[in-house]
Amino acid sequence: MSRISEKFRELRGRGETALIPYIMAGDPDLKTTEELIFIIDKSGADMIELGVPFSDPLADGPTIQKAAIRALGSGTHLSGVFGLVKGARKHTEIPIILMLYYNLVLKYGEEKFARDAARAGVDGVIIPDLPPDEAAGMMAAAKAFGLDVIFLLAPTSSDERIRLVERSTGGFIYYVSMTGVTGKQGELDKGIEAQMKKIRRLSKKPVCVGFGISSPEQAAKVASWADGVIVGSAIVRVMEGASGRDAMLRGVGKFVKGLKEGVLSVTAG
Amino acid sequence: MLPDKGGHFGIYGGRFVPETLMPALLELEKAYAAAKKDKKFQAEVRYYNEHFIGRPTPLFFAERLTKKLGGAKVYLKREDLNHTGAHKINNALAQVLLAHRMGKKRVIAETGAGQHGVATATAAALFGMECHVYMGTEDIRRQKLNVFRMKLLGATVVPVDIGSRTLKDAISEALRDWTTNVRTTHYVMGTVFGPHPYPVMVRDFQSVIGREAKAQIKKAEGRLPDVLIACVGGGSNSMGLFYNFLKDAKVKMVGVEAGGKGIKSGQHAARFAGGSLGVLQGTKSYLLQDRDGQIELTHSVSAGLDYASVGPEHSFYRDAGRIEYTYATDKEAMSAFDLLSMSEGIIPALESAHAVAEAVKRAPGMKKSDIMIVNLSGRGDKDVTQVAEMKGVEV
Repeated sequence: MSRISEKFRELRGRGETALIPYIMAGDPDLKTTEELIFIIDKSGADMIELGVPFSDPLADGPTIQKAAIRALGSGTHLSGVFGLVKGARKHTEIPIILMLYYNLVLKYGEEKFARDAARAGVDGVIIPDLPPDEAAGMMAAAKAFGLDVIFLLAPTSSDERIRLVERSTGGFIYYVSMTGVTGKQGELDKGIEAQMKKIRRLSKKPVCVGFGISSPEQAAKVASWADGVIVGSAIVRVMEGASGRDAMLRGVGKFVKGLKEGVLSVTAG
Repeated sequence: MLPDKGGHFGIYGGRFVPETLMPALLELEKAYAAAKKDKKFQAEVRYYNEHFIGRPTPLFFAERLTKKLGGAKVYLKREDLNHTGAHKINNALAQVLLAHRMGKKRVIAETGAGQHGVATATAAALFGMECHVYMGTEDIRRQKLNVFRMKLLGATVVPVDIGSRTLKDAISEALRDWTTNVRTTHYVMGTVFGPHPYPVMVRDFQSVIGREAKAQIKKAEGRLPDVLIACVGGGSNSMGLFYNFLKDAKVKMVGVEAGGKGIKSGQHAARFAGGSLGVLQGTKSYLLQDRDGQIELTHSVSAGLDYASVGPEHSFYRDAGRIEYTYATDKEAMSAFDLLSMSEGIIPALESAHAVAEAVKRAPGMKKSDIMIVNLSGRGDKDVTQVAEMKGVEV
């Protein structure tokens, strides 16, 4: 059983929902990212989603676009991120999921990617521009090395698409809470609950919800429907708003703790 | 049968998009398949082609240019005479018609040189639809006139100030908008690029160019041409001309990419000269990228060719050896721009000047009885300010 599935089993036993914070690897540099991983882990996160910067991030809003530009500016590339995870793995067992665009994987080579990711201690991978329809090669490579390929569903997904993703996904289903890109602020989409019900009807796999969740209150609300809550841009905004490195690290720790309290305040969905 | 069900041309093409867009692409594919079979829709497209765009466009024998080059007879397919000044309207109008038929209230588009933006804004005005056009700030600077034209037509031009601030970034922003407003909006992609069914649909709408040219050259010369030449940005004017000749094995086809400041300079947009297999903006094709798979910045004097990737069908025919690809540098395009203006009284778009530049290189080495068709994809009015600037002339 993968670290991700193991984690969901453990959380289900306690009736808890997973908190999955996202940060961009290499923003502002890989050394800081390593520290952030430990801080996020200690602040109550159940898994960590680690972005790998890409020059043209189609599914991301301005906040993560800017984080990617900073990370590329600090010279971050895929092998560096594998090195980071390998180093962090010596100190933590928290499941680590990479989020990256398909061209980076294609250029690196699907098999080599799956092998090096698994060897470094990566547990899963989210590739937002690779729907299951195009993922046969990636899924085969990942399977060979025990890596979960996590697919996404959206408010627009039909029953047929839900069934396809249910069949294909490893670890969990990533439900995109609204039509749009990452980082939208404001109220949660009104359709989440209904679409979640539909997904639950068609799938037994854990469902985590991300995109547009920016506060402990929203995390709590989503936790009442989902197996996991993913928060990304809001954390990057905390990093951007801090003055100085120490304040930034403390700020992220505090913010993640707040999210965790939100998630724990309700019974798992 | 190309492409396959998933929109693949061999190893190229496909649908590499966020899940949110998958249902919209499937819906579009279905709607387009139905429209393609619907005689009423086809008749509507023909009606607007004739009465609004002004088709068929002439196939013009460029006599003075031919004499000057001293080789093959050079014919120009005059897409520059279309309403709005380029081939882009062939596709934009048909897609807006389709969007209208699908019940969408709003259309969005990306634009590089501004020609596709103007074409989409025009079609949107004709059918009373809301229109947003995404355009890089670098292109806005280069193509001020087209920006103002779009505004006159009632469209909103949204500046994109990230990345290279050109076409690539405009497409990303348009795709983000579409992801957000997918329920009400149709994305009018301007070239044979992006996720399936766009490469096929845009090709079909542009194939009117080659259909006409074939009939016209047969009438003028009693036979098929020896060579077709067209510039290749995303690749819609070239595919539009080439498509109906693909099965005519004796007809040679040449696509001309933007050589910018030369391949060695690294500042170009010649994907087939310096690119490799990659995935960008929904499709798998040749791509200018670095070792890590990050997309490289491109350069061309012409905004419409300044793009890091190319339509997947082009990649397929390149590998198959059916279409030959070459490039023209900024400098070569500029001198072709001057040459055509002065020898034929036709000011070409800077994009089309790349195709003319290849004709200049190729025609002299051909027999006087050989026939060449150059696709004059657009007119140069939009480029006049930029050209004046480059020549150091104040207008």
